[in-house]
Amino acid sequence: MAPLLDIAKLSLSFRTESGPARVLDQIDLLVQPGEIVGLVGESGCGKTTLARAILGTLPERLTEIGSGHIRLDGVDMLRDDQATERLRGRVVTFVPQDPFASFNPLFRIRAQIGDLMRWKTPRRTASRFGWRSRAEQKADDEAVLAMLDTVQLPQPRRILEKYPHELSGGQRQRVMIAMALLPEPRLIIADEPTTALDVTVQAQILGLLRRLAVERGVSVLFTTHDLGAAWEICDRVVVMYAGQTAEIAPREAFFAHPRHPYTRMLLQSLPEEGRDAVGIPGAVPSPLQPPPGCRFNPRCPRMTGICRDERPALSGQHGAHQVACHHPVAVSEVAGNV
Amino acid sequence: MPALLKRFARDKAALLGAGLLGLLVIAAIFAPWLAPHPGDVADFHIERRLQAPAAAALFGTDRMGSDIFSRLLFGARITLMLAAIAVGSALVIGVPIGLVAGYYKNWVSDALMRIAEIFLAVPQIVLAIAIAQTLGPSIENVILALSLTYWPFWARLVYAETRSMRNEVFIESAVALGASPWRVIVLHILPNIASPIIVRTSIGMGATILTAATLGFLGLGAPPPTPEWGRMIAESREYLPEAWWYALAPGIAIFLTVLGFNLFGDGLRDILDPRTRRSV
Amino acid sequence: MNWLSLVANRLIWFLPTMLGLLAIVFILSRVVPIDPALLAAGENATAEQLQQVRERFGFDKPLPVQFLRYVLDVAQGNFGISLFTQQPIIHDLVARLPATLELTLVAVLVAALVGIPLGVLCGLNRNSWLDHILRVVTVSGLAVASFWFAMQLQFLFSMKLGWLPLSGRIEGFPPTPVTNLMVVDALIEGDGDMLGDALRHLALPALTLALPAAATVVRFTRNGVIGVINSPSVAYQKAMGFPRRVIVWKYVLRMAMTATVTQLGLIFGILLAGAVVVETVFDWPGLGAYAVRSILQSDYNAVMGFTLCTGALFVFINLLVDLLQAAIDPRGAT
Repeated sequence: MAPLLDIAKLSLSFRTESGPARVLDQIDLLVQPGEIVGLVGESGCGKTTLARAILGTLPERLTEIGSGHIRLDGVDMLRDDQATERLRGRVVTFVPQDPFASFNPLFRIRAQIGDLMRWKTPRRTASRFGWRSRAEQKADDEAVLAMLDTVQLPQPRRILEKYPHELSGGQRQRVMIAMALLPEPRLIIADEPTTALDVTVQAQILGLLRRLAVERGVSVLFTTHDLGAAWEICDRVVVMYAGQTAEIAPREAFFAHPRHPYTRMLLQSLPEEGRDAVGIPGAVPSPLQPPPGCRFNPRCPRMTGICRDERPALSGQHGAHQVACHHPVAVSEVAGNV
Repeated sequence: MPALLKRFARDKAALLGAGLLGLLVIAAIFAPWLAPHPGDVADFHIERRLQAPAAAALFGTDRMGSDIFSRLLFGARITLMLAAIAVGSALVIGVPIGLVAGYYKNWVSDALMRIAEIFLAVPQIVLAIAIAQTLGPSIENVILALSLTYWPFWARLVYAETRSMRNEVFIESAVALGASPWRVIVLHILPNIASPIIVRTSIGMGATILTAATLGFLGLGAPPPTPEWGRMIAESREYLPEAWWYALAPGIAIFLTVLGFNLFGDGLRDILDPRTRRSV
Repeated sequence: MNWLSLVANRLIWFLPTMLGLLAIVFILSRVVPIDPALLAAGENATAEQLQQVRERFGFDKPLPVQFLRYVLDVAQGNFGISLFTQQPIIHDLVARLPATLELTLVAVLVAALVGIPLGVLCGLNRNSWLDHILRVVTVSGLAVASFWFAMQLQFLFSMKLGWLPLSGRIEGFPPTPVTNLMVVDALIEGDGDMLGDALRHLALPALTLALPAAATVVRFTRNGVIGVINSPSVAYQKAMGFPRRVIVWKYVLRMAMTATVTQLGLIFGILLAGAVVVETVFDWPGLGAYAVRSILQSDYNAVMGFTLCTGALFVFINLLVDLLQAAIDPRGAT
């Protein structure tokens, strides 16, 4: 099966006053149709940058693409501008981190969904002038109401007449999910979609997102710093550390026996019954002067000379439990430890 | 501070502003030595009247035969002094009123701000013209008119800044620890709102010079033969289109001076007042 | 705050503000060293005539009484009689308002039509050559003395090139007054020549008046656009593939305009202050020129009338700005 999203050896840096900040270093990532992939890492590890790179919303003048490619449905998202425009909002949609700031505060929900449908309705191919026949428009309006109902917003007609500030955070994120599903995309990129919400609402939103995606066979690339959230909804987990891919594994394997020292320490840092949370000593390195080789080496208890000299390659085949480490944790070790 | 200075030095527009202001100050201080005909502020030579710019008179001569360049240099003194005193007095009146009205929340502060609002209800120039005309034409009266109509602007600015400061934790804790209002205002609030005041002072100098020149143009400034730039432009009107040079130099002098204060103020804003930083 | 309470709040403060303004001008008019009766009666008046004038205008009463009397008169729409035109001041003001209105409206229109698109373009293309050029132009536009700029325009376009008239509002007979706005009246009459003439008279004064206003609009719109273009809501719309022109000219522009609208009061201040000077230079028969003449002639009834009129206009404009803001920004952040 051809992957829907194919990212290979992607390196990318931002131009800053103090030189280039190498925020992504040789990232590999595949997303299969219908698969829900969690992109996990601390803030600053590059996961949001990766999400924005896929969507093509990085600041053009500040971004320098070093190497590699991002292919979505076979289209080169880094170099084919016209095709990218077409795909955005149709093949790939977006659920933002901050549902408070991501609506334009001056327009009613109806206007903002209306413009999305005008340009991105799944019921016809894009027209340059956003023209729709009356029948098409009626079908779109009905689809909007049905979708708002699907994301469990009662009284959808009243929601449409409201301004963003009149909705609660949870309601807004439900509208965002509705907008992400309305164009009938093949991939949804959800960038920390629950971070800005109350804890009680987070689980509802995650459950909703997973259920709707599975029902419709839509792939989701879901970034989070919250391992619990990843456990809730992902089929597969990708761990990033300081702009590098550390580990890729199916959900069960990932949580049962993590193999990268970083991942292991990350899991141990979770508070759990009968065990004190263990922090990871040291701090995430600055992308301006990343350590050579494996970027985790200054904080790693298993560090040896080779970790500084050579960047570890991602082991194994896609679909298997892959790890980028010179001294990965053996499965037997983990079993005894956790 | 050196880091701030370095940032200022990288801003070409701000440097240009500083340069223009430097020239203005030099012209004002050294006018008697720089002017080719220092006596021409008062003297006239009818035989040389309305001559086009030439080596003898760089910017031409006026209706009295006086050298426009020399009069311009002495005009710089009047302009600078007038604006500095007027803005200074407006600050002296407006800043304390704004501080007190912003610090206390009672009917006195409401009343003070209402009075300021009344002044702000008509354009400054209208009230300034009325006051200057009432008091009679002299430089002192122009200064008085400008200060009396400019303080409300400062009162309102300082009032707003003080009000937002008033809710800061460090101010509230100072009050809770029993610091006297006087002490809180002078030691805690004033230093923290100094940046916007300094920035606006530079831009306010420019605005005040424009208003003062307008008063001079309308005949409300110092009486002739004072070499006031606005008045010089007014005098030139009846000699157009023949004496095209007559208004040219004073107009450009006003323009460059105001430009200098505005650019300098923008540059100051960038380094001092990050909240309102102009995005470059 | 809803619009009703906005209006109520403005109205409550309207009367005290007007009274305060009156008091300021009244005090000014009475500290003047010239005897107002002498001004009214003329230099050669006899003592008896002077006394008559004093009684007629109430100059013989104590100042507080005079002030009270004046306030009561104003409340009934009676601003007194101009010492020079010998007309009721309300007549003078009403007769001259349309000229100022026409000039100011054209200047606002020019400033908005030129300033908003240019501000948006500068904000979108920050540090481009257009942005740099316009920065120089706007900074200069705010630094130039308008009376001097007006004179240079007159010199170039009227005296040297002879393309545009030097001063005044129209040549020969004006069109039949309907709205008293020359351009509109000429249009109603369908007289193309007259329309052209009115427009040619308007060109230079309107340009002078519009320059600082347009510069202000460009600056605020540009900074507004820059503030919005990097906001999460624009990033979201880009990510969802909204066409760029829709994002910019619908969503970003509306957001940027909220910043410009808050400055409308300031812009009207610039225009009103500018009108005083521009009308004087171009002999434009409006309120500004009237005010300057009245002040220079110590015609204090007229000055008070003008000040009051301007103050009321200002309060009214600020109310409009508040309402406009409430309409444009549903969050009601005032």
